[in-house]
Amino acid sequence: MYEAVIGLEVHVQLSTDSKIFSGSSTNFGAEPNTQASLIDLGMPGVLPVPNAKAFEMAVKFGLAIDAEIGQESIFDRKNYFYPDLPKGYQISQFDKPIVGPGRVTISLEDGTTKTINVTRAHLEEDAGKSVHDAFDGMTGVDLNRAGTPLLEIVSEPELRSAKEAVAYLKVIHSIIRYLDISDGNMAEGSMRCDCNVSIRPKGSDTLGTRTEIKNVNSFRFVEKAINTEINRQIEILEDAGRVIQETRLYDPDKDETRSMRSKEEANDYRYFPDPDLLPVVLDEAFISTCRDALPELPEARKTRYVSEYGITDYDAGVLVADRDVADYFAEVADTSGEGKLAANWVMGSVLADLNQTGGSITDFAVTAKQLSDLIARIKDNTLNSKTAKTVFDALLASEGEVDAIIESKGLVQMTDTGAIEAIVDEVIAENPDQVANYRAAPDEKQGKMLGFFVGQVMKKSQGKANPQAVNQILSAKLSG
Amino acid sequence: MSQITDLSFSELKQSLNDRTLSSVEITSAFLDRIESLNPTLNAFITITRDEAMQSAKDADAAISQGSATPYTGLPIAHKDLFCTDGTLTSCGSKILSNFVAPYDAHVVSQCKTAGLVSLGKLNMDEFAMGSSNENSYYGPVKNPWDTTRVPGGSSGGSAAAVAARLTPLATATDTGGSIRQPAAFTGTSGLKPTYGRVSRFGMIAYASSLDQGGLIAHTAQDIAHGLRMIAGHDSRDSTSAREPVPDYTQTLDESLQGKVIGIPKQFFDDRLDSAMRQAMDEVLEVLRSLGATTTEVSLDHVAEAIPAYYVIAPAEASSNLSRFDGVRFGYRADSPTDPMDLYERSRGEGFGSEVKRRILIGTYALSEGYYDAYYKKAQQIRRLIRDDFNRALGHCDLLFGPTTPSTAFVLGEKTADPVAMYLEDIYTVATNMAGLPGGSFQAPLINGLPTGYQLTGRAFGESMILNAAHQVQMVTDWHLQRPEGV
Repeated sequence: MYEAVIGLEVHVQLSTDSKIFSGSSTNFGAEPNTQASLIDLGMPGVLPVPNAKAFEMAVKFGLAIDAEIGQESIFDRKNYFYPDLPKGYQISQFDKPIVGPGRVTISLEDGTTKTINVTRAHLEEDAGKSVHDAFDGMTGVDLNRAGTPLLEIVSEPELRSAKEAVAYLKVIHSIIRYLDISDGNMAEGSMRCDCNVSIRPKGSDTLGTRTEIKNVNSFRFVEKAINTEINRQIEILEDAGRVIQETRLYDPDKDETRSMRSKEEANDYRYFPDPDLLPVVLDEAFISTCRDALPELPEARKTRYVSEYGITDYDAGVLVADRDVADYFAEVADTSGEGKLAANWVMGSVLADLNQTGGSITDFAVTAKQLSDLIARIKDNTLNSKTAKTVFDALLASEGEVDAIIESKGLVQMTDTGAIEAIVDEVIAENPDQVANYRAAPDEKQGKMLGFFVGQVMKKSQGKANPQAVNQILSAKLSG
Repeated sequence: MSQITDLSFSELKQSLNDRTLSSVEITSAFLDRIESLNPTLNAFITITRDEAMQSAKDADAAISQGSATPYTGLPIAHKDLFCTDGTLTSCGSKILSNFVAPYDAHVVSQCKTAGLVSLGKLNMDEFAMGSSNENSYYGPVKNPWDTTRVPGGSSGGSAAAVAARLTPLATATDTGGSIRQPAAFTGTSGLKPTYGRVSRFGMIAYASSLDQGGLIAHTAQDIAHGLRMIAGHDSRDSTSAREPVPDYTQTLDESLQGKVIGIPKQFFDDRLDSAMRQAMDEVLEVLRSLGATTTEVSLDHVAEAIPAYYVIAPAEASSNLSRFDGVRFGYRADSPTDPMDLYERSRGEGFGSEVKRRILIGTYALSEGYYDAYYKKAQQIRRLIRDDFNRALGHCDLLFGPTTPSTAFVLGEKTADPVAMYLEDIYTVATNMAGLPGGSFQAPLINGLPTGYQLTGRAFGESMILNAAHQVQMVTDWHLQRPEGV
């Protein structure tokens, strides 16, 4: 039996307005090279000037994972040639990163939690992009992204499965979203992940040879890439082979990893302190300003939701994972005064729809106000669960406000017992055989058989009859 | 009245203020002289006559309208590693021989703001690497005192242009002695300010932790005027100091009475040439006569300065020069087959041999497994050198020494022996390693050739250096000696 040893390097694009060492905008999607200044182009004579906002964001992240903050932080040059690396070096941090050792807690499927140590997080600049398909036989270079601030978060190799890796990645994602230091959009590359994977016989405490899977860009691919790589390494060892230390790429189409370069081909990056940048000394005042500006983090919010809204630990965990979902839920719960109902609706209908469409809660068709109106109508018995779902679907289709939809669709719940009685009588009259069967059946079976009659009544009432009243009246009439 | 081009920057300033000369007269006089002498001296890479004449006209208009600064209309020329918007900025290299900068360096824009008229761009050793100006893609600069001799480097064009009176003031840069050594070889005054005093923004980098922009002129007073314009904090350079800029011209006349001048014994050991020692003794005699006292000090680690410098500077250069890859600007090899071919041939064909040598040395020094033995060690030595200087300057106002081991050597004399060339900077390099200000000023001629003495001051102590040099210039005529040939 083998055990996987996994460590992640997560690159997070910080959402500063301007780049880490220049004043250019960091917006995504502009025309190529329109957001590249002389500094981003690496023109002769230009110099980097650090963006204080990037430091603030990095420090906030450090505080959020309970990390040591480097009082003195040094920028180094990582030297290598690549067409989309304008200066021939990347400004990064080597010896003295801004964020030192910290930790995060992940929840496992069996309901337990596990602490994962974060080795460090450091600031660096992103490179540009090589564009291979725009010009025939040539490669274009787009430097809009060059100089965008990145926070590289390095975990200890304490993850033991692809699922744990994804859980860790989701916690990191959740934290950066709560801190609002990145949009965390993996599809657009605002969050990318390198996975270091090795395997060893279970119980062994020596590490196997690791491979690094570069630039995996979705939660799902992280899980698949790691599993694929674990299996590949197991096969090698089973065949009495040897895993080679190398960099690999994950191909989601073929669901396989393939070699990019081996350790022997790896660059010697010749790191040395960047003489254009002085060591950055963060004083206590700066750090405490960042600390004061920290929002409530996922763990704290989870605890609060459990006690404030009377929901379960599990439900709270699901609801707080995404800050915007958590805010949405809180608004629904506060406005309607119904924590549990709000949790059920958000976790059921709302998240189900978002998962299905891949949409975002911030532009979700049903506003928190509308959902709380809907819950209010359930509470006052205007709607039952069936008609409520009809209203929700209408809200999704932007057909108007809750009461207008109820009105136009004639969904007001039938609570008039006289009217329900009339329908019940009709149903009993129309189904003499079923009535006879029911009456002949022993008590313990009657409960189940009642469902048929309820269904018929609901159908005749077009779903509007109050189910409790229907049950009551039916039981009385059938037994009588 | 003497010729316009014989006047110093300060004298020209006076003439403009008195309205005895116009900027157009001054500018055209210098341009005419450049055009007649540059074919011999090769001090200028680019002469910007049209732009200069236009600025001169604008300056005269500003002066007559009363909207001029104290320096409006005075000429200057820039070393060709200061980026100048719209003008070739070659850095003395083939790889930038087609590079028209899209912006002005901080130093250039400061000069423009002050109203100076730029005459053109000055020759230099490629990427400021050299001590003889023989490493320029545009050919060597000749020493106006003897055209068979080098003017020193890397700011050889700046020094030769001032010495030959092609410009009264020139910008220059100094990484290991590149302002002071050519100033000494050409009989001019040169000042390398404290690291961080002058913004490096727009100054094409050689070794970022050592590079510093400065000036070459005829007198300490001229430099005091020039430094006021170019010194000061610039938010575009993170290493630029926030220290306030004093009016250096206001302290030139202060007495040297009671000032203590330290004489590092390592600069006056047996290896010092006797004629050079005698010249230095004459300067010291003058300083003492002006009321200064002298005392021996020791800079224990100064002998290690050259080896440490030739690790740190090439290491930084190897990284700084990576951006010259043929991708975005500068020389690009024909028909590259792939990126590696593009890099190898663009750089192989674009860089000269001294630049390649230093890139190789620096790459080696930073390589995995060698970093600790070379780069880290060199940085430790650098700290020891800085401590030595700070200790000595704790009780001395200035340190004194020769600028160079000898007078200007003959073209080609040291090109085959890089180490002999590197030892040219033996007295100057330590000042850069310590980040301190250093100036070279005219000493007595030796066999008809100029020599220089060097003053090193405390951090941001440029005023003290200029004050002492000015006092010496007030009672001596070493700075008034002219090359006869030109």
